[in-house]
Amino acid sequence: MMPRILKLALCLVPAMLAVGCASNKQAAYDYTAFKAAKPRSIVVLPPLNDSPEVNAGNSVYAQVTYPLAEAGYYVLPVAVVSETFKQNGLTDAHDIQGVDPKKLSEIFGADAALYMSIARYGSTYTVIDSVSVVSVKAKLVDLKTGTLLWEGAASASSNEGNNNGGGGLIGALVAAAVKQIINSSTDASHPIAGVANSRLLSAGSPNGLLYGPRSERYLAQ
Amino acid sequence: MKQIVMKKSAALLALAACAVLTGCASQSKSLYQWESYQPQVYQYLKGESPEQQIAAMEKDLQIISAKGNQAPPGFHAHLGMLYSVTGKTDEVATQFEDEKKLFPESAGYMDFLLGKLKKGEKL
Repeated sequence: MMPRILKLALCLVPAMLAVGCASNKQAAYDYTAFKAAKPRSIVVLPPLNDSPEVNAGNSVYAQVTYPLAEAGYYVLPVAVVSETFKQNGLTDAHDIQGVDPKKLSEIFGADAALYMSIARYGSTYTVIDSVSVVSVKAKLVDLKTGTLLWEGAASASSNEGNNNGGGGLIGALVAAAVKQIINSSTDASHPIAGVANSRLLSAGSPNGLLYGPRSERYLAQ
Repeated sequence: MKQIVMKKSAALLALAACAVLTGCASQSKSLYQWESYQPQVYQYLKGESPEQQIAAMEKDLQIISAKGNQAPPGFHAHLGMLYSVTGKTDEVATQFEDEKKLFPESAGYMDFLLGKLKKGEKL
């Protein structure tokens, strides 16, 4: 009996391999402008927060550097950047994202700016479970020309552990991270925001950001 | 006979499982040693005391340099800003210069901040 089950399982393996890595059948992103602009450095502006959680902006903003820097870009120090805006009388993300790209280029010397917004951030509690969801969007804009180089969106959720496939692993990691800080329940969404940011801003995913010059994969792409 | 087939199948399955698990993850080496940079940024943005953040980041730097690795983009600039908040003016410029040395892409912004520092303005 057992061998039959094993054989059956073996037959399924090629199917799993074929499906596992296949990217979604989306239209391929047009990277013409991105490849022409060759940005090396990125200034990330404080994100617009469309969620009811007041801390969402800080949480997302604090976790943008990792994926972008590991993708091969120089990322300007986000807290210092936000301090510079403050000294110029700008504390509201809407006002900051409205600043002229030429002015941003002048002060920060960055090649591109990342404009982010948070559509969802926070936990919903049910009798049996609590689920944290974070959804983020981003646009990368060339600061010399004002051209849009790339845009994307991503989400992450704390109950992804129930799914099959790659998400299960990430979900398990997130679940562990959430448990560690469960006592400060207001921050339960913070690690989820980290995952959402990584999905959105890591290079090399389908229709994702291209690698930057500091990555060894920059020339191969 | 059945035993052997079963063993072989099981081994193949195990191999396949490994392939599935590792196949999609394009694991490459980290460019930087991050330590607590992002958590410290989060603390700062939430308005927590800079002294604790400075202590944590100074410790991070020792760990990073002991391993001969590189601090991530923004680390030195952020530490410099923390020093300026606590009035350690001499150490501010050193950190900004370090950021510039490690990341020439930061030169424009670091010079802007060094200029403000020289004029005694708030960063």
